[in-house]
Amino acid sequence: MMLPNGWEIVVGLEVHTELKTASKMFCGCANSFGAEPNTNICPVCLGLPGSLPVLNERAVELAMAIGMALHSTIAPSTFHRKNYFYPDMPKDFQISQYDLPINVGGYLDLPDASRVSIERAHLEEDTGKSTHLGGTGRLQGADRSLVDYNRSGVPLVEIVSGPDIRSSAQARAYAQELRGILIATDASDGRMEEGSMRIDANVSIRKAYAPFGTRCEIKNLNSLRSLQRAIDYEALRQVELLDGGGTVRQETRHWDELLGETSTMRVKEDADDYRYFREPDLVDLAPDQAWQDRVRAGLQPMPAERRQKLAALLNDLSVAHLDAVEVVINLGLDDLVERAVDGGADVTLAISRAANELAANMDAVKNFSSESFTATLLMEQRGELSATQAKTVLAELLQRGGDPRDVARELGFEQLSSSSLGATVAALIREHPDEWTRYRDGDEKLAQFFIGQVMKLTKGQANGKSVVAELQARR
Amino acid sequence: MKTAVQIASDVQGGVSSADEQLSLSLEAVRAHNEELHVFLHVDEAGARKAAARVDEIIAKGDNAGPLAGVPIAIKDNVCQRGVPTTCGSKILQGWRPPYSATVIDRLLAAGAVPVGKTNLDEFAMGSSTENSAFGPTRNPLCPSRVPGGSSGGSAAAVAADMTPIAIGSDTGGSIRQPAALCGIVGVKPTYGLVSRYGLIAFSSSLDQIGPFAKTVTDAATLLEVLAGQDPMDSTSLPEPSPSLVAHLNDGVAGKRIGVVSELIEGADDEIVREVHRALQVFRDAGATVVELSIPEIRLGLSAYYLIAPAEASSNLARYDGVRYGLRVDAHDVTAMNEATRTAGFGDEVKRRIMLGTYALSAGYYDAYYGQALKVRTQMIDAFARAYRDVDVLVGATTPTVAFAIGEKASNPMAMYLSDVFTIPTNLAGEAAITVPFGTGEADLPIGVQLLGPGRSEAQLFSAARVLELADGRP
Repeated sequence: MMLPNGWEIVVGLEVHTELKTASKMFCGCANSFGAEPNTNICPVCLGLPGSLPVLNERAVELAMAIGMALHSTIAPSTFHRKNYFYPDMPKDFQISQYDLPINVGGYLDLPDASRVSIERAHLEEDTGKSTHLGGTGRLQGADRSLVDYNRSGVPLVEIVSGPDIRSSAQARAYAQELRGILIATDASDGRMEEGSMRIDANVSIRKAYAPFGTRCEIKNLNSLRSLQRAIDYEALRQVELLDGGGTVRQETRHWDELLGETSTMRVKEDADDYRYFREPDLVDLAPDQAWQDRVRAGLQPMPAERRQKLAALLNDLSVAHLDAVEVVINLGLDDLVERAVDGGADVTLAISRAANELAANMDAVKNFSSESFTATLLMEQRGELSATQAKTVLAELLQRGGDPRDVARELGFEQLSSSSLGATVAALIREHPDEWTRYRDGDEKLAQFFIGQVMKLTKGQANGKSVVAELQARR
Repeated sequence: MKTAVQIASDVQGGVSSADEQLSLSLEAVRAHNEELHVFLHVDEAGARKAAARVDEIIAKGDNAGPLAGVPIAIKDNVCQRGVPTTCGSKILQGWRPPYSATVIDRLLAAGAVPVGKTNLDEFAMGSSTENSAFGPTRNPLCPSRVPGGSSGGSAAAVAADMTPIAIGSDTGGSIRQPAALCGIVGVKPTYGLVSRYGLIAFSSSLDQIGPFAKTVTDAATLLEVLAGQDPMDSTSLPEPSPSLVAHLNDGVAGKRIGVVSELIEGADDEIVREVHRALQVFRDAGATVVELSIPEIRLGLSAYYLIAPAEASSNLARYDGVRYGLRVDAHDVTAMNEATRTAGFGDEVKRRIMLGTYALSAGYYDAYYGQALKVRTQMIDAFARAYRDVDVLVGATTPTVAFAIGEKASNPMAMYLSDVFTIPTNLAGEAAITVPFGTGEADLPIGVQLLGPGRSEAQLFSAARVLELADGRP
């Protein structure tokens, strides 16, 4: 979206991601989504008097992996207490990194070749989760509030970008690419709908080359669509304010997905004084070179590298193909595609089937073998399955597994070998000499006549392209 | 009353039983607790069970541990599963922790029998045990006087022969000061030597659990049980528990002992006199005694009264009425927090929360908390310099003997000054011991304080033992 009157959007994003550790950040409780409320809790994550935090080594490794993927410097760091009262925060302070974060600086290159700088990526703990019932439905003025502390103490990394983003589409692309990195580092499952990745957007506007304007922070955007819509709404709101002679007030704003609007949560003047100070119950964190090297050695290829690799396999770089490549990369399906290509599958076909049929059932993909995928593609290439049949077979395989050959047979997709197809075509040519002569003389429309006859005889089991190939061979 | 070492020997040897020793302890508690108000809660059922377990182990012919059947008193800021733990505060009244502190597990494994929870200044903030929400504890040696604080209940339990040993916590002198005023031995171990897991935090970077005992030997035996790395406490030291008892009679021959002018200035004459008498004992025992000055010590009190309240303001935030302890209902959650904390905390706790909140506030942090941290670093450096030339430092533990109940209650500054000699050790994270040595006004006991660098406990115990023997205690 372009802003009117020469205004330019300036956006910086703060992305909070829950780390995919087995246990919480400072205790041994399970870190899992969806358990019965208040079942994954202990004296430490409940902040009971006398309990003490002990840092989770795996959380540090995942934070370092994120930093490495973002070209950050892994720095000696400390933990602080961020002090404020909130019922879902059991200690009434949050342990977070403050002036000395574990990851300092860095950048993220986007698929359109733009670069967004990273200021920091630091470790902190998550709070519990409140549900406010009745009344206003918010903390102040609800009839009752329920708190689930299962999430309390879940490790988070907060990734803070520089104010380098200039459109909502670029913000979306940044979040998308970052999500790919979080998945590639195994730091997160990237499930925004489950809250494992939440975004705060700092939005301001300015005239080109002018100094930055006053920003507003939109809190807790939990889908890429919300992110893009909220930024556009907020930027236009600020344009109207400034063009109308008003000023933008620095404040924290709430995005309402249903109304499609942002509204004031709190203004800067009554912002909390968090009284940060060093967390005395934890020691300094300074991962040595050997530990960093181990983490670096375990890093899998990042989306940018994988995108390049896949694009290099493609000869035809049409836009449609590149879109399919994006889907494959963002969903992490490139490994399946590359294995299929290694197994003899056509790269364009593999990307297309991955970006459509596999993408349609991502939950099932993690249990899907690359052998099944490759075998199905090869059957389609050999003409043993039509395109429609191949898609049906893939959908079935994703749902219930099994061998592609068996699934095809069970679905009634009789194997039609090229020799029997050849015999069928030869017989039809003999039975329809007039039509054959006209086709041989260049009337391409008659190919459809022969395909129709073959389909009739084979009850639709034949592959149209293979029929044409047989006809061509006899022309 | 017998010492802990004698009781353990009797119980292990079959001369007595853990249950019999517990009965003796409970009798003493029943006889004096009403007057002295030492215990906030006596856990007779739990203690009987612990004693029975010890007796079973011994009946099987196994070793029940170095504290077999020894009754012990626990300061009521140490969590013990299922036993009411109040921290001397109304805000935690009725709370029973669902878990035990690491030191409780260690004590039980060593055969000790926790008898109950002792009184303290609310959240360990105070020097007289008058700040307890449940009323003051009296000094067993002179019931019109305070036992000191904040671990006044634990010190009084030992002084009144209710239990031979006790544990307390020392943030700015809360073990050493009451030990001195009650005429017993008290130890502030090196920061990190004893796990803080399960100790309800007052000031996390200063708090340390430590022993009370009538004898240096008992204190060393108890500290050996308490010390050692704990995976539940990130700040606990990685080294194994030190060997203390084995070095008790090493003496001080050839040691360099320094008397610090800042650790006696302002003390009553009778106390300065006893410190000088202690120095003569060390000389006679073959040590070299030098006088030295550590001017940074004068800044200790100011730094302490910024750092400790700052950490406390954060540590005590969790008492908000949401999850446990007191809740005073109100129209919304913010009002409920405020009403609960207003009703639940006493004046001294509120005073320190306000002080600490202010010291950490934006715009004041650098001038107060930040400045205090710098002083703390200077203090650490100053002690390190001193320990290049001497092995042990000597000073007074307190400026006066036990003062009267009510005497300083309305004057916080006078009360704060009673910790002036003990605070520097906490700021430096080092070790110190107080040992009774001589008496003063009204025949009340005087404590001499011995200070050493981190993990120098063995040396401090052997020096304390020299004073103990010289003072005529076997």
